[in-house]
Amino acid sequence: MADDDEIILSELSDDELVLQMHDDLYDGMKEEIEEGVNILIARGWTPYDVLTKALVAGMTIVGADFRDGILFVPEVLLAANAMKAGMFILKPLLVETGAPRMGKMVIGTVKGDIHDIGKNLVAMMMEGAGFEVLDLGINNSVEKYLEALERERPDILGMSALLTTTMPYMKVVIDTMKEKGMREDYIVLVGGAPLNEEFGRAIGADAYCRDAAVAVETAKMYVARKHNQLSA
Amino acid sequence: MIPSDTMLTEAGLPPAHTGRILLVACGALAHEILALKRLNGWDHMDLQCLPANLHLWPDRITPAVAAAVAEHRDRYDQIFVVYADCGTGGQLFEKCKELGVEMIEGPHCYSFFEGNAAFATKADAEFTAFYLTDFLVRQFDAFVWRPMGLDRHPELRAMYFGNYTDLIYQAQTDDPVLDAKARDCAARLGLAYTRRFTGYGDLARVLAQVSGTAAQDVSPD
Repeated sequence: MADDDEIILSELSDDELVLQMHDDLYDGMKEEIEEGVNILIARGWTPYDVLTKALVAGMTIVGADFRDGILFVPEVLLAANAMKAGMFILKPLLVETGAPRMGKMVIGTVKGDIHDIGKNLVAMMMEGAGFEVLDLGINNSVEKYLEALERERPDILGMSALLTTTMPYMKVVIDTMKEKGMREDYIVLVGGAPLNEEFGRAIGADAYCRDAAVAVETAKMYVARKHNQLSA
Repeated sequence: MIPSDTMLTEAGLPPAHTGRILLVACGALAHEILALKRLNGWDHMDLQCLPANLHLWPDRITPAVAAAVAEHRDRYDQIFVVYADCGTGGQLFEKCKELGVEMIEGPHCYSFFEGNAAFATKADAEFTAFYLTDFLVRQFDAFVWRPMGLDRHPELRAMYFGNYTDLIYQAQTDDPVLDAKARDCAARLGLAYTRRFTGYGDLARVLAQVSGTAAQDVSPD
Protein backbone atom coordinates (compact mmCIF):
# COMPACT_ATOMS: atom_id res chain seq x y z
CA MET A 1 0.00 0.00 0.00
CA ALA A 2 1.35 3.41 -0.89
CA ASP A 3 2.30 5.72 1.95
CA ASP A 4 -0.08 8.71 2.21
CA ASP A 5 2.97 10.99 2.25
CA GLU A 6 4.69 9.29 -0.65
CA ILE A 7 6.00 11.80 -3.14
CA ILE A 8 5.17 11.08 -6.78
CA LEU A 9 8.17 12.55 -8.59
CA SER A 10 6.38 12.78 -11.91
CA GLU A 11 3.71 15.01 -10.38
CA LEU A 12 6.20 17.63 -9.18
CA SER A 13 6.98 20.79 -11.13
CA ASP A 14 10.50 21.09 -12.51
CA ASP A 15 11.66 23.30 -9.66
CA GLU A 16 10.10 21.04 -7.05
CA LEU A 17 11.57 17.96 -8.68
CA VAL A 18 15.09 19.41 -8.72
CA LEU A 19 14.84 20.27 -5.03
CA GLN A 20 13.45 16.81 -4.32
CA MET A 21 16.38 15.29 -6.21
CA HIS A 22 18.78 17.26 -4.03
CA ASP A 23 17.04 15.70 -1.00
CA ASP A 24 17.10 12.24 -2.56
CA LEU A 25 20.77 12.57 -3.40
CA TYR A 26 21.44 13.68 0.17
CA ASP A 27 19.65 10.55 1.37
CA GLY A 28 21.45 8.31 -1.10
CA MET A 29 18.27 7.20 -2.85
CA LYS A 30 19.64 5.76 -6.05
CA GLU A 31 16.41 4.61 -7.67
CA GLU A 32 14.69 7.94 -7.04
CA ILE A 33 17.63 9.74 -8.63
CA GLU A 34 17.42 7.51 -11.68
CA GLU A 35 13.69 8.21 -11.91
CA GLY A 36 14.21 11.95 -11.50
CA VAL A 37 16.85 12.06 -14.22
CA ASN A 38 14.58 10.18 -16.61
CA ILE A 39 11.65 12.50 -15.87
CA LEU A 40 13.67 15.65 -16.51
CA ILE A 41 15.06 14.24 -19.77
CA ALA A 42 11.54 13.29 -20.85
CA ARG A 43 10.42 16.86 -20.12
CA GLY A 44 13.00 18.13 -22.58
CA TRP A 45 15.79 19.17 -20.24
CA THR A 46 19.25 19.00 -21.74
CA PRO A 47 21.44 16.31 -20.18
CA TYR A 48 23.91 19.03 -19.19
CA ASP A 49 21.25 20.92 -17.23
CA VAL A 50 20.13 17.74 -15.47
CA LEU A 51 23.72 17.00 -14.57
CA THR A 52 24.60 20.43 -13.24
CA LYS A 53 21.32 21.64 -11.73
CA ALA A 54 20.05 18.38 -10.24
CA LEU A 55 23.06 16.16 -9.61
CA VAL A 56 26.13 18.36 -9.19
CA ALA A 57 24.23 20.99 -7.22
CA GLY A 58 22.85 18.28 -4.94
CA MET A 59 26.25 16.68 -4.45
CA THR A 60 27.73 20.06 -3.65
CA ILE A 61 25.35 20.28 -0.68
CA VAL A 62 26.47 16.80 0.39
CA GLY A 63 30.11 17.85 0.12
CA ALA A 64 29.56 21.00 2.15
CA ASP A 65 27.79 19.11 4.93
CA PHE A 66 30.56 16.51 4.97
CA ARG A 67 33.13 19.28 5.35
CA ASP A 68 31.08 20.78 8.18
CA GLY A 69 30.85 17.47 10.02
CA ILE A 70 27.10 17.10 9.48
CA LEU A 71 27.43 14.11 7.16
CA PHE A 72 29.91 11.26 7.47
CA VAL A 73 31.67 8.98 5.02
CA PRO A 74 28.91 6.34 4.73
CA GLU A 75 26.31 8.95 3.83
CA VAL A 76 28.65 10.55 1.30
CA LEU A 77 29.27 7.17 -0.31
CA LEU A 78 25.55 6.47 -0.58
CA ALA A 79 25.02 9.90 -2.15
CA ALA A 80 27.91 9.25 -4.53
CA ASN A 81 26.35 5.92 -5.52
CA ALA A 82 23.09 7.68 -6.28
CA MET A 83 24.83 10.36 -8.34
CA LYS A 84 26.81 7.70 -10.19
CA ALA A 85 23.55 5.99 -11.15
CA GLY A 86 22.22 9.28 -12.49
CA MET A 87 25.42 9.95 -14.40
CA PHE A 88 25.27 6.47 -15.91
CA ILE A 89 22.04 7.52 -17.63
CA LEU A 90 23.34 10.93 -18.62
CA LYS A 91 26.80 10.04 -19.94
CA PRO A 92 25.78 8.67 -23.36
CA LEU A 93 23.29 11.52 -23.74
CA LEU A 94 25.98 14.07 -22.94
CA VAL A 95 28.17 12.59 -25.66
CA GLU A 96 25.29 12.87 -28.13
CA THR A 97 24.21 16.38 -27.23
CA GLY A 98 27.56 17.84 -26.28
CA ALA A 99 28.43 19.78 -23.17
CA PRO A 100 30.96 22.46 -22.28
CA ARG A 101 34.40 20.91 -21.92
CA MET A 102 36.48 22.28 -19.07
CA GLY A 103 39.61 20.27 -19.63
CA LYS A 104 41.11 16.83 -19.16
CA MET A 105 42.46 15.08 -16.08
CA VAL A 106 44.45 11.93 -15.45
CA ILE A 107 43.97 10.67 -11.91
CA GLY A 108 45.03 7.67 -9.79
CA THR A 109 46.21 6.59 -6.36
CA VAL A 110 49.97 6.30 -5.94
CA LYS A 111 52.06 3.15 -5.82
CA GLY A 112 51.33 0.98 -2.79
CA ASP A 113 48.01 2.67 -2.06
CA ILE A 114 44.73 0.89 -2.72
CA HIS A 115 42.43 3.43 -1.06
CA ASP A 116 40.36 4.92 -3.82
CA ILE A 117 37.23 6.33 -2.21
CA GLY A 118 38.48 9.93 -2.30
CA LYS A 119 39.94 9.53 -5.75
CA ASN A 120 36.65 8.12 -7.05
CA LEU A 121 34.69 11.03 -5.56
CA VAL A 122 37.06 13.53 -7.15
CA ALA A 123 36.84 11.78 -10.52
CA MET A 124 33.05 11.78 -10.39
CA MET A 125 32.77 15.45 -9.38
CA MET A 126 35.32 16.46 -12.02
CA GLU A 127 33.25 14.67 -14.65
CA GLY A 128 30.17 16.38 -13.29
CA ALA A 129 31.94 19.71 -13.68
CA GLY A 130 32.66 19.02 -17.35
CA PHE A 131 36.17 17.59 -17.19
CA GLU A 132 37.12 14.53 -19.17
CA VAL A 133 38.66 12.15 -16.66
CA LEU A 134 40.96 9.23 -17.31
CA ASP A 135 41.01 7.17 -14.14
CA LEU A 136 44.16 5.08 -13.78
CA GLY A 137 42.76 3.30 -10.74
CA ILE A 138 44.95 2.26 -7.81
CA ASN A 139 48.63 1.53 -7.13
CA ASN A 140 50.19 3.58 -9.92
CA SER A 141 53.92 3.62 -10.53
CA VAL A 142 55.66 6.70 -11.85
CA GLU A 143 56.01 4.93 -15.20
CA LYS A 144 52.26 4.41 -15.42
CA TYR A 145 51.53 8.06 -14.61
CA LEU A 146 54.05 9.34 -17.16
CA GLU A 147 52.87 6.97 -19.85
CA ALA A 148 49.31 8.19 -19.34
CA LEU A 149 50.40 11.84 -19.42
CA GLU A 150 52.29 11.38 -22.66
CA ARG A 151 49.46 9.43 -24.25
CA GLU A 152 46.52 11.51 -23.06
CA ARG A 153 48.07 15.00 -22.87
CA PRO A 154 45.71 16.11 -20.07
CA ASP A 155 45.63 19.53 -18.47
CA ILE A 156 45.77 18.05 -14.98
CA LEU A 157 47.47 15.21 -13.16
CA GLY A 158 45.69 14.21 -9.95
CA MET A 159 47.37 11.99 -7.37
CA SER A 160 45.77 10.57 -4.25
CA ALA A 161 47.12 8.76 -1.16
CA LEU A 162 45.59 7.74 2.13
CA LEU A 163 48.70 6.45 3.87
CA THR A 164 51.55 8.36 5.44
CA THR A 165 53.83 5.71 4.00
CA THR A 166 52.65 6.16 0.41
CA MET A 167 52.17 9.91 0.17
CA PRO A 168 55.93 10.61 -0.35
CA TYR A 169 55.63 8.75 -3.67
CA MET A 170 53.88 11.81 -5.05
CA LYS A 171 57.23 13.60 -4.86
CA VAL A 172 58.86 10.76 -6.79
CA VAL A 173 56.38 11.34 -9.61
CA ILE A 174 56.79 15.12 -9.58
CA ASP A 175 60.59 14.91 -9.41
CA THR A 176 60.60 12.53 -12.37
CA MET A 177 58.40 14.95 -14.30
CA LYS A 178 60.94 17.69 -13.55
CA GLU A 179 63.84 15.50 -14.65
CA LYS A 180 62.08 14.85 -17.94
CA GLY A 181 61.33 18.55 -18.40
CA MET A 182 57.57 17.99 -18.44
CA ARG A 183 56.52 19.28 -15.02
CA GLU A 184 55.43 22.70 -16.31
CA ASP A 185 53.26 21.10 -18.98
CA TYR A 186 50.74 19.93 -16.40
CA ILE A 187 48.75 21.17 -13.46
CA VAL A 188 49.47 18.78 -10.57
CA LEU A 189 46.81 18.46 -7.88
CA VAL A 190 47.23 16.18 -4.86
CA GLY A 191 44.86 15.00 -2.17
CA GLY A 192 44.26 12.46 0.57
CA ALA A 193 43.50 12.41 4.27
CA PRO A 194 47.04 12.72 5.70
CA LEU A 195 48.11 15.47 3.28
CA ASN A 196 48.01 19.20 3.86
CA GLU A 197 48.86 22.40 2.00
CA GLU A 198 52.38 22.46 3.36
CA PHE A 199 53.05 18.96 2.06
CA GLY A 200 51.63 19.90 -1.33
CA ARG A 201 53.97 22.87 -1.55
CA ALA A 202 56.96 20.88 -0.29
CA ILE A 203 56.69 18.21 -2.97
CA GLY A 204 56.17 20.73 -5.77
CA ALA A 205 52.49 20.19 -6.52
CA ASP A 206 50.44 23.12 -7.78
CA ALA A 207 47.83 22.62 -5.06
CA TYR A 208 46.59 20.37 -2.31
CA CYS A 209 42.83 19.78 -2.46
CA ARG A 210 41.15 18.86 0.80
CA ASP A 211 38.04 17.40 -0.78
CA ALA A 212 36.30 16.79 -4.09
CA ALA A 213 34.56 20.17 -4.18
CA VAL A 214 37.83 21.98 -3.58
CA ALA A 215 39.47 19.84 -6.27
CA VAL A 216 36.86 20.94 -8.81
CA GLU A 217 37.18 24.63 -7.94
CA THR A 218 40.97 24.45 -7.90
CA ALA A 219 41.03 22.63 -11.23
CA LYS A 220 38.75 25.23 -12.82
CA MET A 221 40.91 28.07 -11.51
CA TYR A 222 44.19 26.57 -12.72
CA VAL A 223 42.82 25.59 -16.13
CA ALA A 224 41.42 29.09 -16.64
CA ARG A 225 44.77 30.56 -15.63
CA LYS A 226 46.59 28.23 -18.02
CA HIS A 227 44.30 29.16 -20.90
CA ASN A 228 44.76 32.86 -20.12
CA GLN A 229 48.53 32.43 -20.17
CA LEU A 230 48.37 30.63 -23.50
CA SER A 231 46.22 33.32 -25.07
CA ALA A 232 48.25 36.22 -23.65
CA MET B 1 42.04 -1.56 37.61
CA ILE B 2 41.89 -2.68 33.97
CA PRO B 3 39.87 -0.10 32.03
CA SER B 4 37.12 -1.34 29.73
CA ASP B 5 37.58 -1.17 25.98
CA THR B 6 34.52 1.03 25.70
CA MET B 7 36.01 3.51 28.15
CA LEU B 8 39.35 3.43 26.30
CA THR B 9 37.58 3.98 22.99
CA GLU B 10 35.31 6.83 24.00
CA ALA B 11 36.81 8.53 27.05
CA GLY B 12 40.41 7.36 27.42
CA LEU B 13 42.19 6.87 30.72
CA PRO B 14 43.22 9.68 33.09
CA PRO B 15 46.71 9.64 34.61
CA ALA B 16 47.11 8.37 38.16
CA HIS B 17 49.49 11.26 38.94
CA THR B 18 52.17 8.88 40.15
CA GLY B 19 55.69 8.44 38.82
CA ARG B 20 58.18 10.76 37.12
CA ILE B 21 57.49 9.84 33.52
CA LEU B 22 54.13 10.27 31.81
CA LEU B 23 53.21 8.21 28.79
CA VAL B 24 50.59 9.98 26.68
CA ALA B 25 49.16 7.15 24.63
CA CYS B 26 46.34 6.08 22.38
CA GLY B 27 43.58 4.23 24.22
CA ALA B 28 44.07 1.35 21.79
CA LEU B 29 47.45 0.69 23.45
CA ALA B 30 46.34 0.84 27.09
CA HIS B 31 46.14 -2.89 27.75
CA GLU B 32 49.56 -3.54 26.23
CA ILE B 33 51.25 -0.65 28.06
CA LEU B 34 49.65 -1.58 31.37
CA ALA B 35 50.77 -5.19 30.85
CA LEU B 36 54.34 -4.09 30.15
CA LYS B 37 54.30 -1.80 33.19
CA ARG B 38 53.09 -4.68 35.33
CA LEU B 39 55.54 -7.21 33.93
CA ASN B 40 58.52 -4.92 34.25
CA GLY B 41 57.63 -3.10 37.44
CA TRP B 42 57.69 0.26 35.72
CA ASP B 43 55.96 2.05 38.57
CA HIS B 44 57.84 5.25 37.80
CA MET B 45 55.92 5.55 34.54
CA ASP B 46 52.36 6.91 34.65
CA LEU B 47 49.90 6.43 31.79
CA GLN B 48 47.34 8.75 30.29
CA CYS B 49 45.33 7.46 27.34
CA LEU B 50 43.43 9.66 24.94
CA PRO B 51 40.23 8.20 23.48
CA ALA B 52 41.09 5.59 20.88
CA ASN B 53 38.26 6.81 18.69
CA LEU B 54 40.33 9.89 17.80
CA HIS B 55 41.52 7.64 14.99
CA LEU B 56 38.19 8.17 13.32
CA TRP B 57 39.26 11.82 12.92
CA PRO B 58 43.08 11.72 12.59
CA ASP B 59 43.25 15.52 12.32
CA ARG B 60 42.14 15.69 15.97
CA ILE B 61 45.04 13.57 17.27
CA THR B 62 47.78 16.21 17.13
CA PRO B 63 45.84 18.93 19.00
CA ALA B 64 44.66 16.40 21.60
CA VAL B 65 48.21 15.19 22.24
CA ALA B 66 49.50 18.76 22.39
CA ALA B 67 46.82 19.66 24.94
CA ALA B 68 47.68 16.65 27.11
CA VAL B 69 51.39 17.53 27.03
CA ALA B 70 50.66 21.14 27.94
CA GLU B 71 48.37 20.11 30.78
CA HIS B 72 50.77 17.72 32.43
CA ARG B 73 54.31 18.75 31.59
CA ASP B 74 54.90 20.63 34.87
CA ARG B 75 53.96 17.58 36.92
CA TYR B 76 56.42 15.11 35.35
CA ASP B 77 60.15 15.00 34.60
CA GLN B 78 59.51 13.57 31.16
CA ILE B 79 56.59 13.00 28.81
CA PHE B 80 56.73 10.37 26.06
CA VAL B 81 54.07 10.15 23.37
CA VAL B 82 52.96 6.62 22.50
CA TYR B 83 51.30 7.37 19.19
CA ALA B 84 52.72 6.46 15.82
CA ASP B 85 52.04 8.87 12.95
CA CYS B 86 48.49 7.48 12.86
CA GLY B 87 47.42 9.26 9.69
CA THR B 88 48.50 12.72 10.82
CA GLY B 89 50.79 13.05 7.81
CA GLY B 90 53.82 13.95 9.92
CA GLN B 91 52.01 16.67 11.85
CA LEU B 92 52.20 14.81 15.16
CA PHE B 93 55.94 14.35 14.76
CA GLU B 94 56.40 18.05 14.01
CA LYS B 95 54.26 19.05 17.00
CA CYS B 96 56.18 16.73 19.35
CA LYS B 97 59.45 18.20 18.09
CA GLU B 98 58.10 21.70 18.71
CA LEU B 99 57.00 20.70 22.22
CA GLY B 100 60.33 19.02 22.96
CA VAL B 101 58.86 15.58 23.62
CA GLU B 102 59.69 12.30 21.94
CA MET B 103 57.28 9.83 20.37
CA ILE B 104 57.41 6.25 19.19
CA GLU B 105 58.41 5.75 15.55
CA GLY B 106 56.27 4.20 12.86
CA PRO B 107 53.30 4.91 10.63
CA HIS B 108 50.78 2.97 12.76
CA CYS B 109 50.63 0.73 15.80
CA TYR B 110 50.39 -2.31 13.54
CA SER B 111 53.81 -1.31 12.22
CA PHE B 112 55.57 -1.06 15.58
CA PHE B 113 53.86 -4.18 16.92
CA GLU B 114 55.32 -6.07 13.98
CA GLY B 115 58.56 -4.15 14.38
CA ASN B 116 58.93 -1.13 12.09
CA ALA B 117 61.85 -2.59 10.15
CA ALA B 118 60.10 -5.92 9.56
CA PHE B 119 56.84 -4.18 8.66
CA ALA B 120 58.58 -1.99 6.08
CA THR B 121 60.09 -5.01 4.34
CA LYS B 122 56.62 -6.51 3.93
CA ALA B 123 55.02 -3.35 2.57
CA ASP B 124 55.29 -4.33 -1.09
CA ALA B 125 53.82 -7.76 -0.49
CA GLU B 126 51.09 -6.77 1.95
CA PHE B 127 49.75 -3.47 0.69
CA THR B 128 46.38 -5.10 0.07
CA ALA B 129 46.16 -6.32 3.68
CA PHE B 130 43.89 -4.86 6.34
CA TYR B 131 45.42 -5.15 9.83
CA LEU B 132 43.82 -5.76 13.18
CA THR B 133 45.50 -5.79 16.58
CA ASP B 134 44.11 -7.34 19.79
CA PHE B 135 42.34 -4.08 20.61
CA LEU B 136 40.92 -3.67 17.13
CA VAL B 137 39.63 -7.23 17.10
CA ARG B 138 37.83 -6.63 20.38
CA GLN B 139 36.54 -3.26 19.17
CA PHE B 140 35.90 -4.23 15.55
CA ASP B 141 32.26 -3.15 15.61
CA ALA B 142 32.98 0.16 17.33
CA PHE B 143 35.99 0.98 15.14
CA VAL B 144 35.23 -0.52 11.76
CA TRP B 145 31.77 -1.91 11.26
CA ARG B 146 29.59 0.86 12.71
CA PRO B 147 31.63 3.99 11.80
CA MET B 148 31.81 2.77 8.22
CA GLY B 149 28.05 2.30 8.23
CA LEU B 150 28.33 -1.37 7.34
CA ASP B 151 25.75 -2.27 10.00
CA ARG B 152 23.21 -0.13 8.16
CA HIS B 153 24.50 -0.36 4.60
CA PRO B 154 26.32 -3.63 3.95
CA GLU B 155 26.29 -2.77 0.25
CA LEU B 156 29.12 -0.30 0.97
CA ARG B 157 31.51 -3.12 1.80
CA ALA B 158 32.88 -3.33 -1.74
CA MET B 159 33.52 0.43 -1.84
CA TYR B 160 35.59 0.24 1.34
CA PHE B 161 37.23 -3.16 1.02
CA GLY B 162 37.00 -4.08 -2.64
CA ASN B 163 40.71 -3.50 -3.18
CA TYR B 164 41.79 -5.46 -0.10
CA THR B 165 42.58 -9.16 -0.32
CA ASP B 166 43.62 -10.17 3.20
CA LEU B 167 42.97 -9.48 6.84
CA ILE B 168 46.07 -9.97 8.99
CA TYR B 169 45.45 -10.26 12.70
CA GLN B 170 48.61 -9.21 14.51
CA ALA B 171 48.20 -10.96 17.83
CA GLN B 172 49.80 -9.36 20.85
CA THR B 173 48.61 -12.26 23.01
CA ASP B 174 47.75 -15.91 22.51
CA ASP B 175 43.99 -15.88 22.84
CA PRO B 176 41.86 -18.41 20.94
CA VAL B 177 38.76 -16.29 21.49
CA LEU B 178 40.34 -13.31 19.75
CA ASP B 179 41.63 -15.58 17.01
CA ALA B 180 38.10 -16.83 16.35
CA LYS B 181 36.70 -13.29 16.45
CA ALA B 182 39.37 -12.02 14.04
CA ARG B 183 38.59 -14.88 11.68
CA ASP B 184 34.94 -13.84 11.81
CA CYS B 185 35.90 -10.21 11.10
CA ALA B 186 37.75 -11.38 7.99
CA ALA B 187 34.71 -13.36 6.85
CA ARG B 188 32.44 -10.36 7.37
CA LEU B 189 34.74 -8.23 5.22
CA GLY B 190 35.13 -10.96 2.61
CA LEU B 191 38.90 -11.20 3.12
CA ALA B 192 41.32 -14.10 3.47
CA TYR B 193 42.47 -14.57 7.06
CA THR B 194 45.96 -14.79 8.55
CA ARG B 195 46.95 -14.71 12.21
CA ARG B 196 50.45 -13.54 12.99
CA PHE B 197 51.79 -13.42 16.53
CA THR B 198 53.80 -10.23 17.09
CA GLY B 199 53.84 -9.80 20.85
CA TYR B 200 54.54 -6.18 21.75
CA GLY B 201 57.27 -5.67 19.14
CA ASP B 202 58.99 -2.29 19.18
CA LEU B 203 56.61 -1.05 21.87
CA ALA B 204 58.37 -3.11 24.57
CA ARG B 205 61.84 -2.10 23.40
CA VAL B 206 61.03 1.60 23.16
CA LEU B 207 59.24 1.79 26.51
CA ALA B 208 62.19 0.01 28.11
CA GLN B 209 64.44 2.75 26.75
CA VAL B 210 62.10 5.42 28.07
CA SER B 211 61.93 3.72 31.47
CA GLY B 212 65.69 3.47 31.67
CA THR B 213 65.47 -0.24 32.41
CA ALA B 214 65.50 -3.51 30.51
CA ALA B 215 62.16 -4.87 29.38
CA GLN B 216 60.78 -8.35 29.55
CA ASP B 217 59.68 -8.72 25.97
CA VAL B 218 57.08 -11.35 26.61
CA SER B 219 53.35 -11.40 26.34
CA PRO B 220 51.16 -12.07 29.32
CA ASP B 221 49.06 -15.19 29.46
